[in-house]
Amino acid sequence: MEPTRTTMRRRGLLTAAGGAALGAAGAGAAATFGRDEGPGTETAPETTVPFHGPHQAGIATPAQDRAVLLALDMHETVDADRLAAVMRLLSDDAARLTGGVPALADADAELAAEPARLTVTFGFGLDLLDRLGLAGALPEGARPVPAFGTDRLEERWSGGDLLIQVCGDGDLAVSHAVRMLVKDSRSFATVRWTQRGFLQRPTGGGTARNIMGQIDGTGNPVPGEPAFDSAVWIGEDAGPFAGGTMMVVRRIRTDLDQWDRLDPVGKGRVIGRRLSDGAPLTGETEDDPVDLEAREANGLPVIPASAHVRRAAEAGAVMLRRSYNYDDGPREDGSPDTGLVFVAFQADVEQFNTVQAHLDEADLLNTYAVAVGSAVFAVPPGCGEGGWIGRTFLEQY
Amino acid sequence: MNDTMSNALSRAAAAAALSLGLLAACADGGEAEKNEDDTARAAAAESVTVVDAWAVATEEGMTAVFGVLENGADTEARIVEAASDLSRVELHEVAESDGDMVMQEVEEGFAVPAGGEHELHPGGDHLMLMELAEPLVAGDRIAMTLVFEDGSELVFDAVAKDFAGGDEEYEPHGDHDAHDM
Ligand code: HEM
Ligand SMILES: [Cu+2]
Repeated sequence: MEPTRTTMRRRGLLTAAGGAALGAAGAGAAATFGRDEGPGTETAPETTVPFHGPHQAGIATPAQDRAVLLALDMHETVDADRLAAVMRLLSDDAARLTGGVPALADADAELAAEPARLTVTFGFGLDLLDRLGLAGALPEGARPVPAFGTDRLEERWSGGDLLIQVCGDGDLAVSHAVRMLVKDSRSFATVRWTQRGFLQRPTGGGTARNIMGQIDGTGNPVPGEPAFDSAVWIGEDAGPFAGGTMMVVRRIRTDLDQWDRLDPVGKGRVIGRRLSDGAPLTGETEDDPVDLEAREANGLPVIPASAHVRRAAEAGAVMLRRSYNYDDGPREDGSPDTGLVFVAFQADVEQFNTVQAHLDEADLLNTYAVAVGSAVFAVPPGCGEGGWIGRTFLEQY
Repeated sequence: MNDTMSNALSRAAAAAALSLGLLAACADGGEAEKNEDDTARAAAAESVTVVDAWAVATEEGMTAVFGVLENGADTEARIVEAASDLSRVELHEVAESDGDMVMQEVEEGFAVPAGGEHELHPGGDHLMLMELAEPLVAGDRIAMTLVFEDGSELVFDAVAKDFAGGDEEYEPHGDHDAHDM
């Protein structure tokens, strides 16, 4: 894992030096290329993110360009032992593919050579664990997301037994990994839904814009800082899910036709941050603190009472938002079909619920964004080499 | 290591025991003394490892086992037989027959070159489980035993995976009633 900014700079440098040689065979070729440049120059960008570790990859990992989220429903006949066998297969696939090595029985082994910072993250639906008699393994923070008044949920984007999040910087690497993982689970599961997302990181580094044009992610906790750990990771004494997290996936449809009618100032007031540079309406730069107390001369709050950041901040709960954009349009009539595959990681689903309840009550953004899908997954900790994801609760109980 | 081996052997079903029995008979015929040398020379099974072993999941009938055989010794290791408690096992190769690719038993076994490897892969050499009594389901792990020319035996696990490729017809020697794999 490495900071986004470095990646961008390295990539630029290599392109300038004739980057064609890069990527001929993934990390190996990259290493050779770096050596050829001689000492003092930067090495090639890392193309792999370690699969093994105390936490699963794809959470604290700086967001890649592409994501596919798959929710599978396990067949009724699948018991804990069979699920364990499936998770061994899938973990092995993930470990190999993220390392740039073909999976066992990989029919398209060549497609594994360039992993493009591939990560695979697994989560388990609360109902599944219930059905398997393993609900006792779940951490305290594993709770459902209740129905909210502003929700317009559709069955086809909601729920699921097994969540597989595949992220990477290349469509081919992601597609190949998804295909392999589905091949190794299709005997035991059906695909409930698939959500594809994209993210375009600014070439100069920094926070990406979302499909509404907003700079999105500024207020996120920063990996490595204590605030991040306590907000995201489930505590050490929490049993089989210690070192894991709770994942909330919301498909949020955006009404861009409606959004277009606002001018930039109006758009800024919906969020409480300027559209141009993401600076809070009370500050100069993106990194300036959001001042919720500041008032105009006329006494009105600078950041409107129902601005998204105010409503979110005042709820007082922290989460890691790792969302992607989707664009399934345009529809036949030319209207856009866009939105966010909103992904939030937190130690306790209550953190999400607290903020969502606040937003549900009042948020200027609700006019332009509505949740059409919702799902919750318990994400186990990572595993060491030779280990597999889910072992902590599938083998102990 | 030897414990694992004898363990697997004790679990071996009748079919497998039969094929190993053949071997024992062979060893009786003049190779008994050779065993003494073997302890000094290191048995082939001690220097060969099997990595990335997997089997094709199947409902019934025959199925193949693949993997990479690595030989750490400076002498060639030759596999002459294989066994599993699930089925009788044959060593197969894929060859051309009247313009079609078919698989058939190899008489001479699989040679793993000194310090090198021998890959068992779809469309090439493989171990064939000839008559599975039960379905082999993806994720199942099966114990396989390799028997080397020097009589030493190596046990390894193969994991079953769903796989669609490499479905050559089976053509037993002198038999043209080809079966599906
Ligand atoms: C389409 C839907 C959404 C869009 C377009 C959106 C957009 C934004 C933007 C532009 C910001 C300001 C920059 C930043 O801090 O990242 C923000 C902040 C935030 N959003 Fe959202 N958001 C959406 C939905 C949600 C949902 C469903 C939640 C949680 C229930 C949420 C929670 C937050 C939080 C906690 C912040 C940080 C507030 C702070 O600064 O303390 N957002 N969002
Ligand atoms: Cu065969």
